[in-house]
Amino acid sequence: MNATATESRQPSLARAWSARGRWPLATLAGALLAGGLVLLPLVFLVVEALHPGLGEVRRLLLRHTVAVLLWNTARLAVACTLLCAVIGVAAAWCVERTSLPARRLWAVLLVLPLGIPDFVIAFGWVSVAPGLRGYPAAVMIMTVSLYPLVYVPVASSLRHLDGTLEEAARSLGMGPWRTFARVTLRQLRPALLGGCLLVALALLAEYGAFEIVEFRTFTVAIFTQFQLGFDTAAACVLSLVLVLISVVVLWGELALSGPSEARRSTRGPLRPAPRVRLGRLTALPLVGLSAVVALALGVPGGALVYWLIQGGSSTLPATSVGSAIGHTAAYSAAAAALATALAVPVVMLVARHRNRFTVLLERLSYLPMALPGVVVALGLVSFTINHAFALYQSTLELVVAYAILFLPLAVVGVRSAIGAAPERLEEVGRSLGAGRAQVWRRVTLPLIAPGLAVAFALVFISSATELTATLLLRPTGVNTLATRFWAYTSELSYGSAAPYAAMMVAVSAVPAYLISRRVGRGAPGETRR
Amino acid sequence: MGALCLGAAISGCGSGGGAGGAQALTIYNGQHEQTTAALVKAFEAKTGIKAAVRSDDEAVLANQIIQEGSKSPADVFYTENTPPLEALREHGLLAAAAPAALSSIPARYNSAQGVWVGVSGRVSVLVYNTSELKQSQLPNSILELADPRFKGKLAFAPSETDFQPLITSIVKFRGRAAAEAWLKGLKENGRQLPDNETITSEVNSGQSALGPINHYYWYRLRREEGGHMSSALHYYAPKDPGYLVNVSGAAVLKSSRHQAAAQRFLEFLVSREGQEVLAHSDSYEYPLRPGVAAPEGLRPFSELQPASLTPAELGDGSEALALEQKVGLL
Repeated sequence: MNATATESRQPSLARAWSARGRWPLATLAGALLAGGLVLLPLVFLVVEALHPGLGEVRRLLLRHTVAVLLWNTARLAVACTLLCAVIGVAAAWCVERTSLPARRLWAVLLVLPLGIPDFVIAFGWVSVAPGLRGYPAAVMIMTVSLYPLVYVPVASSLRHLDGTLEEAARSLGMGPWRTFARVTLRQLRPALLGGCLLVALALLAEYGAFEIVEFRTFTVAIFTQFQLGFDTAAACVLSLVLVLISVVVLWGELALSGPSEARRSTRGPLRPAPRVRLGRLTALPLVGLSAVVALALGVPGGALVYWLIQGGSSTLPATSVGSAIGHTAAYSAAAAALATALAVPVVMLVARHRNRFTVLLERLSYLPMALPGVVVALGLVSFTINHAFALYQSTLELVVAYAILFLPLAVVGVRSAIGAAPERLEEVGRSLGAGRAQVWRRVTLPLIAPGLAVAFALVFISSATELTATLLLRPTGVNTLATRFWAYTSELSYGSAAPYAAMMVAVSAVPAYLISRRVGRGAPGETRR
Repeated sequence: MGALCLGAAISGCGSGGGAGGAQALTIYNGQHEQTTAALVKAFEAKTGIKAAVRSDDEAVLANQIIQEGSKSPADVFYTENTPPLEALREHGLLAAAAPAALSSIPARYNSAQGVWVGVSGRVSVLVYNTSELKQSQLPNSILELADPRFKGKLAFAPSETDFQPLITSIVKFRGRAAAEAWLKGLKENGRQLPDNETITSEVNSGQSALGPINHYYWYRLRREEGGHMSSALHYYAPKDPGYLVNVSGAAVLKSSRHQAAAQRFLEFLVSREGQEVLAHSDSYEYPLRPGVAAPEGLRPFSELQPASLTPAELGDGSEALALEQKVGLL
C-alpha cells in the first residue's frame, strides 16, 4: 500500500488519504464502525419521524408550552455548563497542582457522583430537602451531579501537561493568574471544552432528575408523547429538535476549540509543573471541595444510609444481589472496553488527518449523548428485529447499546490525552524502522494510556447506572443493579432498593479509584517524588 | 485487552432468556413485578409451563412491541392499565382472547372486541393529610379540586397514566370545555409531581395536603411505613366523574408462537385460583372475578359506586393527552 502524490487534484477524502502518507486502514475501519453504530439510532429517528402527518407535528411543536420548555432547556444548559466548567477546573487544579492534603482521596471522591444514577440523586434530594423546587434547584442538582464530566478529563490533562511552558511564562514575568489564564487554560482547552460539551449534551437529554424538582425541559415533551401517546413517531420528531440543538452546540464547541488543538506538540521531555504551596490558604479549597462533595455525595448517600437503616419490607421475590453485581460489572466492563476501542480511532483520525470528513465523523460521535436513552434503545430494537434477529435482546446488543450511548464520554476521555502523544514521536519511531503496528503499540499507546483509562472509567460508571436501555434490551430474566433498584422503588420499597443503589456506587468506586491510581502512576512527577 | 475474555464470560452467564425457548412463555410485564411474580409461580406450579418475565414501564413495553411487530418475542402482555392494550389493538397486534377467559370477568371490564381480558381493578380516590385537612373540608367531586380553596394544597401527576382516565371521564360526563377549565384550575392550584407514588408519599409527609391517586398506592405505602400513616383515603360521591375503577388487563399477542400456552396463562389469571393469588399478593388490587373477596382492609368491591366509563370509552387516552397539551400541562 504505497499511497503517493497527486494530492491537489483529488477531492478532500482522497486527498486526505494521501496527504500525510496514507490513512491507516485499521484506524479508518474502526472510526467508520463507530460512525455506523452512532448512525443507527439517528437513521431510526429520521425514518420514524417521517411517519406522522405535518399537521400533527405542527400541533406538537407550535405550542406555547414548547417555547417555555425550550427556554428552560437553554437556560439550564448554559448555567450548568458554566458552573460545571468552573467547579471542574477549580477542583482539578486544586487536586493536581496544589499541596492540598489527601489528594488521592479527593481524586476518588470527586469522580464518584457519576456513579450515582440520577434517580438516586433525585430521591436523595426529595428526602432531604422536600421544599427544593424550580430552576435554582435543577441547576444545583444537575451541576453537582455532572461536574465530574469536566473534572475527569481536565484533571487527567493537567497531570500530563508539560510544565515547561508554564515555567517559561513565569520566567518571562507573567503572574500566576495570567499564566493560568493564558498558558495553562489554553493547554487545557480540548479537555475543558470536551467536558463542557458532555455536560451540555447530557442536559439536553436529561429527564428524571428535573421531574422531581418540578422543573421541566424539552425532553418532557418527548417522554409524554412516547409514554402517554404511544406515539414513537411524534416522539422522534420532537427528538430531532434535540438533534438540531446539539448540532448548534457541537458547532459552537468546534468554533471555540480552534483548528489546531490536537496538533500541538511538546518539545523535549515532559516535566510536571511544580505544585503550588497553599500554606495558610489550605482551608479555602478544603471548604470548597467539601461543599461540592457533601452536596454531590452526601445528600444521596445520606438518604441511602437512612433507607438502609430503615430496612425493607418488600414482598418482591428475593433475587441475588451478587448476580446483579456480576451482570452490572461484566456488561459495564465490556461496554467500556468497546466504547474506548471505538473512540480511539475516531480521535486519532481527527487528530492526525483533520479534514471535513474526519471532523464530521468526530462530531457525529457525540450525538447519542443528547438523545433520550429510550430513543437510542428503540432504534436498536428496530434494527436488530429487522436485520439481526439473532442478536435481539442478547448480551451483545445491550453492550453495544451502552457503547453507543456513552461513546461521547470515551471520545472526550481519549481526546484529553491525545495531546500527550505528539505525532513527531510516531514519526521518529517509523524513521527508526518500526512498523505501523509497532509504533502504535510501543509509542502511541503508552502515551495515551491515561486517556484510555479515563475513557474506560467514564463509560464503565455510566453503564453501571444505565436504566432505560437496560430495561428494553437486556436478555429476558437478567437483572442489573439498576433494574433491581427500579423494581423496588416502583413498589415504594425504598428500604429494599437502597442496597442496590449502594452497590452501584460501590461498583463505580472501583474504576474511580483505578483512574486516580493509574493516572498517578503514569505521571512523571509522581514517580520522581 | 481483557475485553475478549470478559465478552466470553458474560455471554456465558447472560444467555438465560433468549428470544424463543422451546416451551417457555415470554411475558412482557407492565404490572407491578411482585404481583406478576406470584401469579407466574402459581401458574408454573399448576401447569408445568415455564414463563419468563420481562418487566418495564407498560408504555415502553407497548412501544417496544409495536416496534417488534410480527417478530415480537412476547407471548403475553400484562399491563397496569388498559390504554397500552388498546394501543396494541389499534395496531392489530392482539389475538382474540379465549372465550373461557373472557367469560370469567364481567364484560364491562374486558376489551369490547374481546382481544384482552380484565384481571384486576383499582379505584381512583383522594389521599389527604389528616393534620392538614379535616374530613368535612374534602371535596365530594373531583371537579372541586380546581377550586381556588385548594390553591397551594394540591398535588397531582399529569404525566401519569392513571391521570388520563380522570380527564376522559370528565369529558364524557361534563363535556370538553368543563374538562379544559378543570385542567386549567388544577394547573393554578397544584404541584405537578412525576407519579402517584410521589403524590402519596408527599401527602403523607405533609408536603401537600391532598391529591388524586389510585387506592393501592396508599396501602402499599402503609405497608412500607409499618402502618403509621399521617394520611387517609377519601372517596368521591357516588357516580362522580372522578370515581373510577381502572382496569389492569392481559392479552395474547397475535404473533405468539405459543398460542395455546399463552391462552392458558390468560385463563389462569382470571381463574378462581389466579384471582385468589392476586387477592393475597400484597398488591392491594381488587380481583375482578365475581365471588373472589378483595384483600383485607379494602372497602368491599360491591360497595364501590363508580361512574361507568368503559375501557372502550377510555381508549388509548389520546384525547386526554391532547387536552393536557392544549392547556400546557404536558
